[in-house]
Amino acid sequence: MVHSATSKWAGKISFGKVVVYAFMYLFALIYMLPLLWIIRTAFITSDKAINLFSLSWPTFENFKRIWLAAPFAQYYFNTIIMVFSTLAVQFVLITMAGYAFARLDFFGKNILFTLFLTQMMITADVLIMPNYSFMGTLGLIDKRLGVILPFFASALGIFLMRQTIKTIPYELEEAAKIDGCRLPRMLIQIYVPLLKPVYVAFGLISASYQWNNFLWPLVMINSVDKRPLTLGLAIFAMSFETGAQWSDVSAATLLVIAPLLLLFLIFQRQFIESFAHSGIK
Amino acid sequence: MNRRIRKKWKTTFLAWGLILPSFIFLALFTLYPIANSIFMSFFENNLSVAAPRFIGLKNYLNLPKDSVFIQAFINNLIVAVCTIPTSIALAVAMALFANKVRVGKAFTRIAFFHPTILPMVAAANIWLFIYTPIYGLISYINPQLRLLGSSGTALWALIIMLIWKQAGYVMIFYMSGLQSIDRELFEAAVLDGSGPISTFRYITWPLLRPTTIYVTIVTLTNAYKIVDHLYIMTKGGPGNATNMLLFYIYQVGFDFWDVGKAASMTVILIVMLLVITVVQFFVQDRRTYYS
Repeated sequence: MVHSATSKWAGKISFGKVVVYAFMYLFALIYMLPLLWIIRTAFITSDKAINLFSLSWPTFENFKRIWLAAPFAQYYFNTIIMVFSTLAVQFVLITMAGYAFARLDFFGKNILFTLFLTQMMITADVLIMPNYSFMGTLGLIDKRLGVILPFFASALGIFLMRQTIKTIPYELEEAAKIDGCRLPRMLIQIYVPLLKPVYVAFGLISASYQWNNFLWPLVMINSVDKRPLTLGLAIFAMSFETGAQWSDVSAATLLVIAPLLLLFLIFQRQFIESFAHSGIK
Repeated sequence: MNRRIRKKWKTTFLAWGLILPSFIFLALFTLYPIANSIFMSFFENNLSVAAPRFIGLKNYLNLPKDSVFIQAFINNLIVAVCTIPTSIALAVAMALFANKVRVGKAFTRIAFFHPTILPMVAAANIWLFIYTPIYGLISYINPQLRLLGSSGTALWALIIMLIWKQAGYVMIFYMSGLQSIDRELFEAAVLDGSGPISTFRYITWPLLRPTTIYVTIVTLTNAYKIVDHLYIMTKGGPGNATNMLLFYIYQVGFDFWDVGKAASMTVILIVMLLVITVVQFFVQDRRTYYS
């Protein structure tokens, strides 16, 4: 590991090393600037926000105003409903399919698996146009169900499931079979508890994808009361023509990203590990 | 039929039953739309015709004559060519630092990785604010700077934002790549009197090659899919200076209602993504990720 190599060099604290470290700390701080600036602007009144160096006591005025100006509570509700119903369906479906691909030897396995893999490359974002016209046929335009339906089958989820189930000793399953345990009960009682890390990893990826999804809900949803947060935020932000309303837009942006940021601060390690899996997509 | 084949058919039946629910959604919302795009791309289907009319390859033949399509295509290439190497360079530096640093480990990871989890719409809002003349952060350099407003600079302003959004994501792959390198190699290098720079050049970087190939593929496909920021920041303008393929598909499909043309562009995008996948299949040592 790199660590140990460092400790060898750590003995001599060279001038070069100090410069590199100082530079990287500074770089990390600069990387945070956009976010810090949005947070700062969200908490001060707009007349003071214009001057970069003016600071004042934080105020919730901006949040109060925007909460009344646009139905953010409804947007929140919509996003949460969409995120969790997608997750619920995905968890069931990927467990079933993941088990089949990991444990069963059947005709058409490779072809079927390859078909699922196409979804990792050609994601729903690319297919907005044909999916929209199909949703028209199904009568699901301007329905929340229509927004989440294309995500019920997840190739990434099935893939992660398959990989993890393969690492679980087969003896566990055989022991259960001898005890007369049937497949549904075996999946729930033996596999599901062992697969918790996959649910967490996949859940974080899938939830943040749904939370952040924008272009697809933009084309699908017309009614104000069905908008998810991203769409609500975009339309709210674009209703301002001048730069003078930036405190409001900053507050609204912060309102939308706050849950994600909080989750990320708490589960930092899990987030980073989950996203490392998501690269397969 | 012997018993083994009979048993396999029984397993097949069970397996298909388990996969069927997923497969239905895959078929309806991935496979069928792909087939449908190919089919629709052979028809003239827009506001000027009453019913879709078969025109063969004409939608495809017209695309090279469409200057906006060419512009979007080139813009996608510019974005890919500019963001990928820069993101990789930054990500390697970040990963080396994040793996080594002792003081403020969590801070550095949060600092570098947080843009990844932000919605593109929120990131776009933040950077639109930064780029706003008179009010934005950029105005402290020069209040009259209109980076997004002029066609010469708008694409570059977006590229900077995309690098900011993406580098932390790339970093996590290099972090695990670095952790998988055998520590004895570094120790041997230090014993041989190799300095940090030559260790990186002759040991670390070559051993990170699988990660680099893999990350290039992922970011390349992402470069064709990420368009949310355009809706907020530029709408593809000024002119079409910042338009991209997927955003242009959206405009042609939903603003101009030219379904046939949008379908033909969707097919081009699909083909490009498939080509990238096939290239990945041959270039990458598959054991690295598919074991």
